[in-house]
Amino acid sequence: MSEQEKIVFCKGGCTAKLGAGILSHILEKLPKGPADPALLVGYDSKDDAAVYKVADDLAVVQTLDFFPPMVDDPYIFGQIAAANALSDIYAMGGEVRTALNIVCFPEAMDLNILGEIMRGGADKVMEAGGTLAGGHSIADSDVKYGLSVMGLIDPRRIYTNNSGQPGDKLILTKKLGVGIICTANRVGEASAEAMAEAIASMTKLNKYAAEILRKYTVHACTDVTGFSFLGHLHEMMDGRLSCLVQSGQVPVIEAALAYADEFLLTAAAQRNRNHTEKFVQFENIPFAMEEVLFDPQTSGGLLAAVAPECAEAALQELRQAGMPAAIVGEIVEQREKEIYVL
Amino acid sequence: MLQVNALGDACPIPVVKTKNAIKELNGSGQVCVLVDNEIAVQNLTKMANQKGYGVKSEKLEDRKYQVLLTVGAAAEESEAVEVPELCIPDSRKNKVVVISSDKMGSGDDVLGALLMKGFIFALTQQDELPKTILLYNGGAKLTCEDSPALEDFKSLEAQGVEILTCGTCLNHYGLTEKLQVGSVTNMYVITEKMLQASAVIRP
Repeated sequence: MSEQEKIVFCKGGCTAKLGAGILSHILEKLPKGPADPALLVGYDSKDDAAVYKVADDLAVVQTLDFFPPMVDDPYIFGQIAAANALSDIYAMGGEVRTALNIVCFPEAMDLNILGEIMRGGADKVMEAGGTLAGGHSIADSDVKYGLSVMGLIDPRRIYTNNSGQPGDKLILTKKLGVGIICTANRVGEASAEAMAEAIASMTKLNKYAAEILRKYTVHACTDVTGFSFLGHLHEMMDGRLSCLVQSGQVPVIEAALAYADEFLLTAAAQRNRNHTEKFVQFENIPFAMEEVLFDPQTSGGLLAAVAPECAEAALQELRQAGMPAAIVGEIVEQREKEIYVL
Repeated sequence: MLQVNALGDACPIPVVKTKNAIKELNGSGQVCVLVDNEIAVQNLTKMANQKGYGVKSEKLEDRKYQVLLTVGAAAEESEAVEVPELCIPDSRKNKVVVISSDKMGSGDDVLGALLMKGFIFALTQQDELPKTILLYNGGAKLTCEDSPALEDFKSLEAQGVEILTCGTCLNHYGLTEKLQVGSVTNMYVITEKMLQASAVIRP
């Protein structure tokens, strides 16, 4: 890849997400209109996508996601952005059917770069079993790319993110730390190995984890993205549950801990901390691990609340399929704090 | 003292620039960093706390914050200095917020407590912050353990707002050991701060 074909990247991936705090202020004030009973999941819940029922056994899942680049290879960026957008469908338990490109691209930039970005996206949509059916492009000062995705789901089998039950085991299917590693890479301090591991993780579709989890009793599911592991776990607790997280079990890309100790930290991680810290009690957790738990993930793994009797079997199957999955904790009855990190 | 201009830089660049400046100090001295957002202030403060550096920050104006880090032997010396040397004159107006109850307004106390929590959160979001917040009588409960406003006070403190809670009041409510943010003060200081204020704001 020549220097010219690289994309300028600066604040990419889910680290570019607006803070949850700012956003909820605005969302609360939006006019809602009359409730449509067919809208099964909307933004009243803090879920990943909208679900609209069209028949007793069929609903449409709708989602979109786009962001600025977090890697300098356009083809890889396209794959990551697409994997991240498609993930919301899998987090709801749906199947991908169609996708539309969302493109912002500077007019003066080499169009071959855009071609590579969209090729990366198209490859992932095909891998997901969907069809890329169109899109919309805007001339903009910076590159941004993503997808609007439509999927199908049986409305009786929707995974919402806040329907966990005490006793459920929490399974996480990907390693944490990709935000910190991309940030370190931005300032030239990430190793090639760490970056390769982060890219392999971010381009991996959550399809495979979702297909395995579907065979077991999953009470709640979400994907871990910009609001960090603890941020999404907080949404899962929904103000009525608590959980115990075994930090030693949480899968982490090793290098992320070293970079956190070098304070290569994103603004988004600090916003996550400001928003979520009050719900969390850390029991002697090293600083670097705290940072990884607040690290915004681009195309992060699924976080599922799985019935205790089948959690171990689900974990084994995920592991056999090559995923770095782990049981990272369990849901308990509500306690004083929402999340205890042990 | 070394100057670092990180205005316009996104995280982690302010931290990276500051770390490079600290290396130049050879173990002791001060670094004064300018940044344009509060999150960068918090990330610098986090690094300073982990590394055991002295750290003071304040908001100079809209989109301009100053963080003063003191490294090594200079860290102990600077504790003795009442007002740290400023790289830029403090342009902030001397507004003082006085909180004399843990509830806002009179009528319904449950509502009043909610309103007070909302007021303190809203304060954290303002472009122009007060210089000092004084808390006395029922207000003293708000800076202690179990207060719903602790995180917001910590955020204000990280942005350079001085938070002072009345010692007599802490004692009266049996909260002396439970103060979580800011420092303890007395009636002389409270009176002086109010007299010197350009405006006193009472929610």
